Amino acid sequence: MAHAETHHAPAAQTAHAQAAHAEGQQHPIGVYLWVWGALFVFSLFSYLVDYFHVQGVLRWSLILIFMMIKAGLIVAIFMHMRWERLALTYAILLPPVLVLVFVWLMTHEADYTAITRDLFFAAGT
Amino acid sequence: MAESVTRREGWNGIATDWASDQRAFKDVPWGKAMMWIFLLSDTFIFSIFLLSYMTVRMSTVDTWPNASQIFSLHIGGSDVPLILIAIMTFVLISSSGTMAMAVNFGYRRDRKICTYLMLATALFGATFVGMQAFEWSKLISEGVRPWSNPFGAPQFGSTFFMITGFHGTHVSIGVIFLLIIARKVWRGDYERGRPGFFTSRRGQYEAVEIMGLYWHFVDLVWVFIFAFFYLW
Repeated sequence: MAHAETHHAPAAQTAHAQAAHAEGQQHPIGVYLWVWGALFVFSLFSYLVDYFHVQGVLRWSLILIFMMIKAGLIVAIFMHMRWERLALTYAILLPPVLVLVFVWLMTHEADYTAITRDLFFAAGT
Repeated sequence: MAESVTRREGWNGIATDWASDQRAFKDVPWGKAMMWIFLLSDTFIFSIFLLSYMTVRMSTVDTWPNASQIFSLHIGGSDVPLILIAIMTFVLISSSGTMAMAVNFGYRRDRKICTYLMLATALFGATFVGMQAFEWSKLISEGVRPWSNPFGAPQFGSTFFMITGFHGTHVSIGVIFLLIIARKVWRGDYERGRPGFFTSRRGQYEAVEIMGLYWHFVDLVWVFIFAFFYLW
């Protein structure tokens, strides 16, 4: 029994050390280099959208797609969100989604303001 | 042995983490959780700036200035559109790359390379701020003001100075923050348990990761500014 107990103490310490170590995010360098390269490529793509004067819906969708890919890579890999527990991921990533409601509200507000300005400025009052 | 308990995943994991009557964010140092919560609040601040920009741009009766032309540079006998902004984007992405690797080398206890990578990150950041100062001077000399500009809608100036100014401030604070943490790593504060000058607490290498979160966030905000302000 005594032997089992003395043996138990270092094992508990090792487990504790491992758990403490698990709090730090450690991933291979290759993953970071890969993401770095991908961010360069997608930034170049976004720049080319402007360079080649892509216009209209295609321009806006391309800009948004490249933006979301870049943002996703930064948050998921560079900021390690991919490896965090869901309790943290959802607590941080879900609230900003509500900003879209604000965007929806403000597009209506802006439309209303624009219509009012058009009416009054055109009438010259 | 509580640390080695296997935790539940998925929705079940979220429910048990939050209902554990302990800390909700498991496996995360408190400093990191706090940094994430700060970044969430900062996300709302930048969202509101970009939202106000959207609102004034949609509601103005004047034509919106063409960012592609305004931010072009005269290189080799022709105007290259948006080139300065593109270079700034690549510089900031590179700084994020060196920062991510600095975190890795910090946890490996490789103090030398970790410090060098953080200094490289700070140098990229300072370069970015320098180019932004150049961009501001150029626009100011061309007559762009927060209340008017020669290119079109007056709201262009106010949103430009507000959004890029606030972002530039974040980058500048980040550079200072980087130099402080780099010095601590170089000196071996996190190994010798030297108390911090402000908090008097002993730091860990997670400080480098927390610094990294802030720095990547600054890069993240630039992704949105680049898309909405410069490209849209």
